[in-house]
Amino acid sequence: MELALAGNTSTLRKRLRTAALLFMLAWPAAAAVYAFLVLNYDPSLVSLADRLLPPSFAHPLGTDHLGRDVLTRLLLGARQTVGYGLLALIAAVAIGVPLGIWAGFKGGLADRILMRIADAFLSFPDTIVAIVLTGLLGAGLENLLLAILVVKWVSYARLARSTVLTERGKDYVLMARINGLRPGRIMSKHLFPHLIGHVLVLASLDVGKIILLISSLSYIGLGAQPPAPEWGAMLNEARPYFQAQPSLMVYPGLMIVFVVLLMGLLGDYWRDKFDVRKEVRP
Amino acid sequence: MSLLRAQRIHKSYTTGTPVLLDVSFALEKGQCLGLVGESGCGKSTLARCLLGIEHIDDGSLLFEGVPIHGLSERRLRPYRKHIQAVLQNPSAALNPKLTIKDSLLDPYLQFGDQVRLRHFQYANRHDFARQLLEAVELPAALADRYPHELSGGQKQRATIARAISIEPSVIILDEPTASLDVLSQAAVLGLLDRLREQLGIAYLFISHDLAAVHAMSQAIMVMQDGAIVDHFRKEELFDSERHPYTQELVAMFE
Repeated sequence: MELALAGNTSTLRKRLRTAALLFMLAWPAAAAVYAFLVLNYDPSLVSLADRLLPPSFAHPLGTDHLGRDVLTRLLLGARQTVGYGLLALIAAVAIGVPLGIWAGFKGGLADRILMRIADAFLSFPDTIVAIVLTGLLGAGLENLLLAILVVKWVSYARLARSTVLTERGKDYVLMARINGLRPGRIMSKHLFPHLIGHVLVLASLDVGKIILLISSLSYIGLGAQPPAPEWGAMLNEARPYFQAQPSLMVYPGLMIVFVVLLMGLLGDYWRDKFDVRKEVRP
Repeated sequence: MSLLRAQRIHKSYTTGTPVLLDVSFALEKGQCLGLVGESGCGKSTLARCLLGIEHIDDGSLLFEGVPIHGLSERRLRPYRKHIQAVLQNPSAALNPKLTIKDSLLDPYLQFGDQVRLRHFQYANRHDFARQLLEAVELPAALADRYPHELSGGQKQRATIARAISIEPSVIILDEPTASLDVLSQAAVLGLLDRLREQLGIAYLFISHDLAAVHAMSQAIMVMQDGAIVDHFRKEELFDSERHPYTQELVAMFE
């Protein structure tokens, strides 16, 4: 009886969490629709007559120091910050996972070389590598993305490799060999399904970090360049006007916090859904 | 010509102690050859060598007169459609992330266009799973289930279905009933025996269970410390000239 009750509460809690998550995901979607329907400002349109306006019907969140509509820039900033963050992440997964599977499956010299390279990358903090690389390649969002890719593929390669290492000695891989499957097919059909859950969880936790990285590097001027509507860059531009119009810094900051939190929740949700914990701790 | 012939096989691991010592035998078409011995005597190593998972140090392995030892994975692949296997632990032999049907399909997707099937006629994937599950006496509804939803006996039947799907000439049965309960053991042995008669597949039946080997096989080999110490026809098990070790094994069952 007690057991059944506990089961019910936990399912209820899970359902509530799913509902909350969907509700939170609905907000950016609604914002995107709003942006599509309502936006009638050019995000880079400078109008000095309208600078630092308080919220009004025409400008729901007011205007910045160059008279640009803040809401427009915030919504388009989602595309820059989140969109580019996802892009960098997908590229990192697309490079790291196949390399890791291959290294884990082949073993030997190729594996050792790849893992030493990975160790070398891992020994520097993400932010330092990203700053150095963008410093060398020149400031700009494209170079920042490249730097993030260089920093991030390593953890996916390691994750894929360690999963493959635990799986490849199992009898079903042996049977796949006996059944005549080629190595490529063993990797894609038999080993890849074991990775998806782990990769999704790590990726959703990483998205938050990448967004923070893009925003913080843009804030110090190494990422998105003005007048691009990127949240970190907006924070930086608003800094001198903090006393006159504090909301200019509050809005982009809130957006970053909100998206990073949301991605963390999404990671939790996926972890439950794919039961990664249960597999890791049998 | 024998279907599968091993000639003076030697094998040792890096530690130097020999695991297989001068092992020779011949498996004839449609025959069940039993191999009995205690755990650790080298039975499974022999199975792995026959399957090309491990290389032998000396001697030769012939499939229909053609040497297949020492081949690279790529060169060995064409022979894999003739030599299939059922392993001891069915839970490990099925990928937990794939449905039963997806696991069953592996050999057929690889070799379906290279083999001429006499018994099975697959119209499509659905029909494929249905026929095979029927052949191993499992309900067709299991095709879309995952391994953890099946019992141990059901899982072992599924791996048997996978092994027979392309009608190989030989199946290496490495302790196929060791992880099953007594009732499932008897049922699976009965099934294997019927399938051999139906499909004309030869078995190398490896087990520590002399009674099971005796019930299944036409000829029996006894292995002790990597060497085959006795080799005889089923009827000769109780003869007085049996090797002392064989007599010891027999005595344990009486």
